[in-house]
Amino acid sequence: MKSIEKSVNILIEKAENEGIELAWDRLEKQEPQCGFGLLGICCRICNMGPCRINPFGDEPKKGVCGAAADVIVARNLGRMIAAGAAAHSDHGRDIVHTLLLASQGKARGYEIKDEAKLKAIAAEFKIDTNRDKNDVAKDLAKGVMQEFGMEKGEIQFIKRAPAKRREIWEKLGILPRGIDREIVEMMHRTHIGVDNDYANIILHGLRTSLSDGWGGSMVATELSDILFGTPKPVKSKVNLGVLKEDAVNIIVHGHEPTLSEMIVLASKDPDLIALAKKNGAKGINLSGMCCTGNEILMRKGVPVSGNFLNQEVAIITGAVEAIIVDVQCIMPSITEIAKCYHTDIISTSPKAKFTGALHMEFHEDKGLDIAKEIVKKAIENFPKRNKEKVLIPDKPVEMCAGFSVEAIVEALGGKLDPLIDAIKAGQIKGIAAIVGCNNPKVKHDKSHVEMTKKLIENDILVVETGCVAIANAKVGLLVPEAAEKAGEGLKAVCKALGIPPVLHMGSCVDISRILVVAAAIANALGVDISDLPVAGAAPEWMSEKAVSIGTYVIASGVFTVLGTVPPVLGSAEVAGLLTNGAEGLIGAKFAVEMDPVKGADLMIDHIKAKRKGLGL
Amino acid sequence: MKGIFIDIEKCIGCKSCEIYCAVSHSASKQIFSAVFEDPLPAERVKVESYNAFSIPIQCRHCEEAPCVDACPSGALSKETETGIVAMDQERCIGCWMCAMVCPFGAIIPKMDSKVIIKCDRCPDLDEPACVNACPTNALLFGELSEVMKKSRKKAAQITISAIKNAI
Repeated sequence: MKSIEKSVNILIEKAENEGIELAWDRLEKQEPQCGFGLLGICCRICNMGPCRINPFGDEPKKGVCGAAADVIVARNLGRMIAAGAAAHSDHGRDIVHTLLLASQGKARGYEIKDEAKLKAIAAEFKIDTNRDKNDVAKDLAKGVMQEFGMEKGEIQFIKRAPAKRREIWEKLGILPRGIDREIVEMMHRTHIGVDNDYANIILHGLRTSLSDGWGGSMVATELSDILFGTPKPVKSKVNLGVLKEDAVNIIVHGHEPTLSEMIVLASKDPDLIALAKKNGAKGINLSGMCCTGNEILMRKGVPVSGNFLNQEVAIITGAVEAIIVDVQCIMPSITEIAKCYHTDIISTSPKAKFTGALHMEFHEDKGLDIAKEIVKKAIENFPKRNKEKVLIPDKPVEMCAGFSVEAIVEALGGKLDPLIDAIKAGQIKGIAAIVGCNNPKVKHDKSHVEMTKKLIENDILVVETGCVAIANAKVGLLVPEAAEKAGEGLKAVCKALGIPPVLHMGSCVDISRILVVAAAIANALGVDISDLPVAGAAPEWMSEKAVSIGTYVIASGVFTVLGTVPPVLGSAEVAGLLTNGAEGLIGAKFAVEMDPVKGADLMIDHIKAKRKGLGL
Repeated sequence: MKGIFIDIEKCIGCKSCEIYCAVSHSASKQIFSAVFEDPLPAERVKVESYNAFSIPIQCRHCEEAPCVDACPSGALSKETETGIVAMDQERCIGCWMCAMVCPFGAIIPKMDSKVIIKCDRCPDLDEPACVNACPTNALLFGELSEVMKKSRKKAAQITISAIKNAI
């Protein structure tokens, strides 16, 4: 079985019978995977190469330029961090741009939804808030744009981190100075013949990742809240069973909320619903996938059809009229698979085109109009559906999401104190943040679920974002009733507050929300984030974004367990720095553990040690 | 008799055969832990290149093996059943006579244990690790007669097409 999700296994079998190749088949064809790549000791940075280092001590020990394994591994890792930070931050940039257009009245359909948050963030940027909200928003957008390019010392949100943490960053010289700047500098440093010291490259890797976590990602989260509303607890449904046999099924897949929010509006348009009925459907059924799904789940309660490894099998249901995609984690394979069905893959971002897809380019200034055109296209596709090929092998599961920092504080009665008190009293032993992707090298969703279960059984409150949150939603862990599966202490707290033991905090850029909570707790206790009984994990990670995330999480002082092996083991020095030496520098390190239960044990031990350190 | 055959037109010099040869001769058999073993595992196949072509070179397990003839301690022998040139570590005295006479350079000195190492064709695996790891199928493991039959078929196809085109 490739997945713990029954419907996925059924659809994999259907695909096999229909001769359709999926990610798992392609992985098998890749195996055994290139050893140099797995170990990170292949260098393609200049054209004297490509060079490779013999991992077994024999020649060649150096690349043509003289770089040994340590420099090659560090450069490759640095570039992965830069790519991940770029992806999150460019998403953030799009949100800033939308906020600017909205404030100028140039983006139909968009408006300031959370004025209180607008004013709070504007105050952080020292912007006069006693004005019309659009004027404040315009100045804020322009202020945030400065965070990307210009150097003004350090990025704004870094000031949210505890003083002790900022001192560590300052001492190491890794305070991020500008979001784009650190990414560009990483590309420069890793060019042939520039930064030839592995530790110095890794240190800049930490800085680059911090410009993502406390920069690009945090900008994306905060400004999305201003534009689309700050999430509040919301009920919804999840898994491929949210697809309906008698409705026009539209899936939005990708990452940004700008388009998906407009698709939500368009899907409720009475004229379009009438058109759907005219075409023989009972209505329009919108669901989300991956993080764009999380964005509209958090704010609108739109059902979620699945996470990363659900994208191909969703088409195999034969019931999807259109998958509307923007950017990130969209497999190029889906256009090919869609050809076997009536499904349209509609690409919308000028940054991301797909051979074989229908391109309907999205622009914020005409957002709602374009969204309506796209939905219309999906509706017109409904009559082409071959009913004999339809298989929706599941019933949806109830779930709860929407736990922004503000929502958590509200659930706690207006301040974080009850949570801190519960941690102090030992009812809640600590907090674990589980994040990241799916990866066919791991049985789909298995590590996410097993790790989460083990942690809540041990009275550790779990906060999640991205694909892992969807995985645990599918097994019913994201409802208040799941408190029964938690240890006695956590169960009591969840029941008193009416919250699930696993809190869905949003999309992958929303890991910035977790940083904000961690900083707020550390500030309340007058300690550093690295002193807190908290741990992180990415059990099924695969993307460069996850590399950036893992790095900014440890750079922020949180011990992090990786469930798939990062391409660094070709250098004992780099691997040693990340899994050991980092502790002395930043008070946190990585561990690699493929067994999710053993990974949870490492987190539990870490949390116990930190409690002891705080005298709890 | 089974053997490892090489299609040099398919070899792209990626050295995956080298890596997975070493992994299959490691204690853990797992790449991520093999690189941390002491002693480090070693590969028995080496990719060499000439004139923009590359080729993995390992013991050909010769029928009339010069190394077996040259070995003064009886460490090397030709196994009749499997056809492989086998190496007995206990008997090897590290004189490198085999290395002197091997026309392929397929004998690899292992200085930490003062003996030679060479391809053993992965006796515990259905298919040698190098063949399994090759991403382009440049390496092929099979019966000599079957491989030759395939080559003859290919030659026949080319020859017949050429003749037909000519007449």
